[in-house]
Amino acid sequence: MATTRPSPDQTRTLVSGAHAARTTIALKLAMAVSGLIFIAFVLGHMYGNLKAFAGHDAFNDYAHHLRTLGEPVLPYGGLLWIIRVGLIASLVVHVTSAVLLWKRASSARQHKYAVRKYRSSTLSSRTMRWGGLTILLFLVWHLLNFSIGKVNPQGGPTNDPYDLLVDTFEVWWLTLIYLVAMVALGMHLRHGTWSASQTLGLTNSARSRRTANLAGITLAVVVAGGFSLVPIFTLFGVIS
Amino acid sequence: MIINLKVWRQDSPAVEGELVSYQVEASEDMSFLEMLDVLNEDLIGKGEEPVVFESDCREGICGSCGLMINGQAHGPEVTTSCQLHMRSFKDGDEIVVEPWRADPFPVLKDLMVDRSAFDRLIASGGYVSVNTGAAPDAHAVPVPKPNADRAFDVATCIGCGACVAACPNGSASLFLGAKITHLSELPQGQAERDQRVVNMVGQHDHEGFGGCTNIGECTAACPKGIPLDVISRLNSDLRTALRHGR
Repeated sequence: MATTRPSPDQTRTLVSGAHAARTTIALKLAMAVSGLIFIAFVLGHMYGNLKAFAGHDAFNDYAHHLRTLGEPVLPYGGLLWIIRVGLIASLVVHVTSAVLLWKRASSARQHKYAVRKYRSSTLSSRTMRWGGLTILLFLVWHLLNFSIGKVNPQGGPTNDPYDLLVDTFEVWWLTLIYLVAMVALGMHLRHGTWSASQTLGLTNSARSRRTANLAGITLAVVVAGGFSLVPIFTLFGVIS
Repeated sequence: MIINLKVWRQDSPAVEGELVSYQVEASEDMSFLEMLDVLNEDLIGKGEEPVVFESDCREGICGSCGLMINGQAHGPEVTTSCQLHMRSFKDGDEIVVEPWRADPFPVLKDLMVDRSAFDRLIASGGYVSVNTGAAPDAHAVPVPKPNADRAFDVATCIGCGACVAACPNGSASLFLGAKITHLSELPQGQAERDQRVVNMVGQHDHEGFGGCTNIGECTAACPKGIPLDVISRLNSDLRTALRHGR
């Protein structure tokens, strides 16, 4: 058979002047770090939501306190704006890196397999991109619902955070949208936590890989589960 | 046993190929490649073009024989295609055989792809620069046993390309990680450690391989069982190089 194998693309050459910051791994590092910021955020956000179980006044006090936090060093709402700017920057970094890596992955295999069988990968690992888009779409609705737009689906007041929450989650299909989004978030966190640990180079042994996977599962259950409690308990009238 | 094959036939890199159906009578003691040999003898007897596929040692150590068999790199067992036997299939089974699919591995003919992208990856840094001359004493540079063991374990990579073929992103991170870890574990690899990882990852990206999403299909398909933690080592070495301003 053929002993010499001329490359069909003779222009393929050795790269000179490569830089660490311009590699795909640098993009992955950017994704991992921005992802860790989101993990810290969702943990804090989830904890705050659980205040709904303490009643109308406790929840609204908490919402107000978020704005006075850091006073008098910071102006009213100052810390909240610092967090918002940080989150927006992280979102831009996270989504930009994801889009670049997605495009690269699609062009790395333009001719697809006729038959494809997966051996060991999890569903959450293979749905990171579409799952991420689902979360992004949900985020737009969520901000319109509770933050930027303040949409009360029952036509009630929008200046009272607790009432807005109850009026929203009493509508079954809105609760359903939130629960579906939490499934997407849980799956994203499960693989994302493990993947970020691996990208940051923290999983150099079989044991640390198990720990990182376990951390992903725990975070997914705690965050998605914790967020889901308020909508479910509101729908069934416990929070009213 | 009768096997209904669907084999990818493609005349050259420039033309489009297609899956062609064949029927082969094989014995379950045959290796997968021997079954393809039977098919080829039959085709030659009929005056048709035999199916081009790569093979060399046929004992699972050279890494030539990469085939995508029923959607899995090297087929249903975790081994090389040459060490896969027909007893892994049933009489009357349909088996789809495709080449590795990745743009950096262009199909040359039928099931044979050009894997010289891997050669260029090695040329970009997968070596230790030493002066030639008399071989140094084996005990001149002490290597701790755990490091020597790990370096050896990852050096068992045969460069077959199954990791790239199995990866949904078409990434060569497992191959790259194996080479990086191999040299990072040894004292001889330290001097060029930063530059090596930057050059090799730069070459990897230049060849058009995808980024790693830590899905783990590569390690599951690897006939040598290279573990995923080599990718963690690859990433931490790159992070160190980044910190050093490389």
